[in-house]
Amino acid sequence: MSEEVISTDAVIVGAGPCGLFAIFELGLLDIKCHVVDILDRPGGQCAELYPEKPIYDIPALPIVTGSELTHRLLDQAKPFKPEYHFNQMVTELTKREDGRFELKTDGGLVFNAKVVVIAAGGGSFQPKKPPIPGIEAYEAKSVFYSVKKMETLRGRDILIVGGGDSALDWTLNLQPLARSLTLLHRRDDFRAAPDSVKKMRELVAAGKMQFKLGQVTGLTGEGGVLASVQVKGNEGPFDITANAMLPFFGLTMKLGPVAEWGLNLHENLIPVDTAKFETSTPGIFAIGDINTYPGKLKLILSGFHEAALMAQEAFHHIHPGERLLFQYTTSSSSLQKKLGVA
Amino acid sequence: MAKITFIQHNGTEQTVDGVTGMTVMETAVKNMVPGIDADCGGACACATCHVYVEPDWREKTGQRNPMEEDMLDFAFDVREESRLSCQIKVSDALDGLRVRVPEKQF
Ligand SMILES: Cc1cc2nc3c(=O)[nH]c(=O)nc-3n(C[C@H](O)[C@H](O)[C@H](O)COP(=O)(O)OP(=O)(O)OC[C@H]3O[C@@H](n4cnc5c(N)ncnc54)[C@H](O)[C@@H]3O)c2cc1C
Ligand code: FES
Repeated sequence: MSEEVISTDAVIVGAGPCGLFAIFELGLLDIKCHVVDILDRPGGQCAELYPEKPIYDIPALPIVTGSELTHRLLDQAKPFKPEYHFNQMVTELTKREDGRFELKTDGGLVFNAKVVVIAAGGGSFQPKKPPIPGIEAYEAKSVFYSVKKMETLRGRDILIVGGGDSALDWTLNLQPLARSLTLLHRRDDFRAAPDSVKKMRELVAAGKMQFKLGQVTGLTGEGGVLASVQVKGNEGPFDITANAMLPFFGLTMKLGPVAEWGLNLHENLIPVDTAKFETSTPGIFAIGDINTYPGKLKLILSGFHEAALMAQEAFHHIHPGERLLFQYTTSSSSLQKKLGVA
Repeated sequence: MAKITFIQHNGTEQTVDGVTGMTVMETAVKNMVPGIDADCGGACACATCHVYVEPDWREKTGQRNPMEEDMLDFAFDVREESRLSCQIKVSDALDGLRVRVPEKQF
C-alpha cells in the first residue's frame, strides 16, 4: 500500500459514460484527470448492466452498444492521457485548508486535487450479499464478497458459491492454497468462460476440489467463525464443512460513501445548479445520473452536456479571474494540438 | 388488459392492471409493487425482478429463456417456479396471473 499522495488537477469519481466524457471536456481546458472506479473496468452501467444491448439515443450514433460506446469514449479521451484507477472505491472526500481536496480509496490511494467531479451514477457497484439468516455475523472473518489478499485464505476450507466468472476465477486462483475447496452452484451449467469451467472440471476429476449442486440455506459457527454451511440440494439437504465462504452473486448499485461527504443530498441524489453543475461545496461538481435539478433526465446525452458546462466552471475554479476563450475543435489550432491532430 | 396479483412474502396481495405487451416487471414498477427492484430496467442483467410463479400459472407463463436462466444464477433461493419478471410479457392469456415476490431481491 503506497501512502504517496497523487497530486492532480481533477479527480473524477466514477468511470461511467459521463465520467469518461468529462475527461475530454476537462482535457480541452488543460485540466488533467485521474479517474477512480470500484469496477474492474470502465463504462459504469453501460459496461456492467448492458454491454451487449443497443442504445438508440446517442446523438449521431443511431445504434451503439453499451460496450462500444464505452470504447469510443475511451478513444476520445485518450489524447488527454487520463490515469485510471480501477477496483478502488473512493471512501473519503474532504476539503483541505489550502482549498484543495483530499480523496482516499479503500485500496489505500490518496489524491490531492484542485477540483472533484462526482460522476457516481446510481452509486458504486457492490457485491450482492445473499440474505442468509445471520450472515452479517460472519462477514470479514469467514464470509468474503471479494478477495483483497489471497493470503488470508491460505490453508482454509473454502466454499465458493456461484457460477459466474468471479466464482470460477477465484476457484482456480484459490484452489492451490486452500486446504480444501468446494464450489457450490445451483445447476451444472455456468455463465462463466468455458475455459475456466473446463479447468475447474479437470481439478474435480483429479480429486483436487469438489463441485456440488445446491443453494445455501444456513450457516453454523461461533463468534463469527464459520464451521459448516447448510445446503438445499436437488436430492435433499446436506452440509459442507467450511471455515471460509465466498458468495458471488453479481453486483448491485448502492449509493455508498457519496452520502458521507457532507454534500447536500435530495433523495440520494446531489442537487446542482444548471449553469455550473456545482454541488453545495464550490470545487466539487456532480454530473450524470447522480445529480438532480429541475427537469433532469437520466440520460447519457444529458450527462455529456453537463460535463461540458461543468468543465468551464472547473477551469474558473482552478484559474480564478482568468478569461476562457470559447473555441471550436473544428477550427482552433490550439485545441487540435491538445487533441494531437494538428 | 390482464389482472396480475403480486403476493408479498408476508402474504399481502396487490392486484393491478397489466397492459398487453408490457412486462410483468414493468407492471409491478408502474404500480409501485414493493420488492421488485429491477435495477437494470428490464435488460435481463440484474436478477432483481425475481418472482415465483404460482403453480397454476407456470405453464401459461412458459419457459425461462437461456439468458434468463443464466441471470437467475445471480438470484437467491431459486426454485423451479422462479422467473425474472422482466422476461414475462403480459397478454390476455395471463389475466388472473399470480406471482410471489421473494422476501428480498438483495
Ligand atoms: C438497462 C439500461 C438501459 C439504458 N439505456 C439507456 C439508453 O438507451 N440511453 C441513455 O441515454 N441511457 C440509458 N440508460 C441510462 C444510462 O446507462 C445512465 O444514464 C448512464 O450510465 C449514467 O452514466 P454515469 O456516468 O452518470 O453513471 P454510471 O454509468 O452509473 O457510472 C457510475 C460509476 O461510478 C462508480 N462509482 C460510484 N461511486 C463510486 C465510489 N465511491 N468510488 C468509486 N467508484 C464509484 C460506479 O461503480 C460506476 O461504475 C440505461 C440504463 C440501463 C440500466
Ligand atoms: S429487471 Fe433486471 S433482470 Fe429483470
